Amino acid sequence: MNLTLKIWRQTGPSAKGAMHTYPVTDISEDMSFLEMLDVLNEQLNARGDEPIAFDSDCREGICGACGLMISGRAHGPEVTTTCQLHMRSFSDGEEITIEPWRADAFPVIKDLVVDRSSFDRIIQAGGFISANTGAAPEAHSVPVPKPAADRSFMAAACIGCGACVAACPNASAMLFMGAKITHLGELPQGQPERDARVVSMVSTHDHEGFGGCTNVGACSDACPKEIPLDVINQLNKDLRHALTHGH
Amino acid sequence: MATNTLPKAGPVTARRTTVFMKLLMALSGALFVFYVLVHMYGNLKIFGGIEPFDEYALHLRTLLTPILPFGGFLWLFRALLVIALVAHAWSAFYLWSRAKGARTTRYVAKEAARVTLRSKTMRWGGVALLAFLVWHLLQFSILKFNVGSGAVNGSEGRLVISSFQVWWVVLIYFIAMVALGMHLWHGVWSASQTLGWAVSPRARARAQATATVVALVVSVGFMLPPLAILFGIVKGN
Repeated sequence: MNLTLKIWRQTGPSAKGAMHTYPVTDISEDMSFLEMLDVLNEQLNARGDEPIAFDSDCREGICGACGLMISGRAHGPEVTTTCQLHMRSFSDGEEITIEPWRADAFPVIKDLVVDRSSFDRIIQAGGFISANTGAAPEAHSVPVPKPAADRSFMAAACIGCGACVAACPNASAMLFMGAKITHLGELPQGQPERDARVVSMVSTHDHEGFGGCTNVGACSDACPKEIPLDVINQLNKDLRHALTHGH
Repeated sequence: MATNTLPKAGPVTARRTTVFMKLLMALSGALFVFYVLVHMYGNLKIFGGIEPFDEYALHLRTLLTPILPFGGFLWLFRALLVIALVAHAWSAFYLWSRAKGARTTRYVAKEAARVTLRSKTMRWGGVALLAFLVWHLLQFSILKFNVGSGAVNGSEGRLVISSFQVWWVVLIYFIAMVALGMHLWHGVWSASQTLGWAVSPRARARAQATATVVALVVSVGFMLPPLAILFGIVKGN
């Protein structure tokens, strides 16, 4: 496959970036998207040019480190992560635009790498349960209804990649937060801190500069883990309950 | 990985969150949904003739009398609507400006994701509806000016019939009702989501179906009288 890549290049956080065009040739359709970028980087290296910086870690779709805006779609045309996207999803001769996640709460560090520590701070604000350390309690002593366990597990599939924010027209992180709220809120262990959690997480989310949700659904469409929109509904409901409980 | 912690801006309360602003928008919007349904029903009385229509307008003023003075209920309801309008517009502009600030560097490639036209037109459509509201209130409530050529003689029904015999007035209302339909189509669904009423896939489908029905009933119901008048089906004699 021969492709034309238009890639965002930016030397540093405060540097001014621009789109650069790179033709790539002889790309196998069995390569992953990131392998294709590796090939380009080897060519750039051989020429003595600065390789393109992008994030990746596990390359098997479970860590959430990679994430690129590919021709206007978060993680590209398939419902998967960028690392699990393969070149067979593109056609020969195609022009592909590659950009970093765009949100002011995700500032660009270099090229396609963004700083997502705002997500970590949202988790620090409430995405946890408090438990005494020591011997683990007997798991069966706290029964969890099967539907609740299933819904919790579905929400826990969120890998925090940030595609929801990248796809959202408001750059809102409500799907990410809703997934955490639902994940913990469905379980007995999540109940003691339920009200404080939602208020604290949403406050931190707003403070980090993410936008508000307008229920467009672009987040859920872009989510590689197919987290449904109803987790945002759960988040709204939990906040309303927290409000009536005096938070 | 160690992360730095940003200082918090003010106390952490539910009232200072964007979700609270959304709740404000959803609740004020719910009042408007109720209001446009009643308003649409009242307008349909023009099909019965001028007298039932004028009588209905009078009934709105004598509602809850003698506990309230003449027109008392109407003024109370108007006050409520103004408060709701301020809350709706204020929360909308606040969230709009936040959303603009949340992505100051735009994408080069335009999104190809499934984003509906009705959700994309919420903000500018809302502004258009606000402008229409000013025109509509001036025409039928505050100034009561007659752009048509029919005799009015202080009758609400005659003013309506004379006005909608003018094609461009009907066109303005037609565009506005398309905008209202689109706004309700996304707005009713969005409000149910914000209020936490669409928590399961089934409830979500129900909320979306309700939104479609409300949008259709309101926009079609509102357009029936002007079209019937323009095409001479309702003459008012």
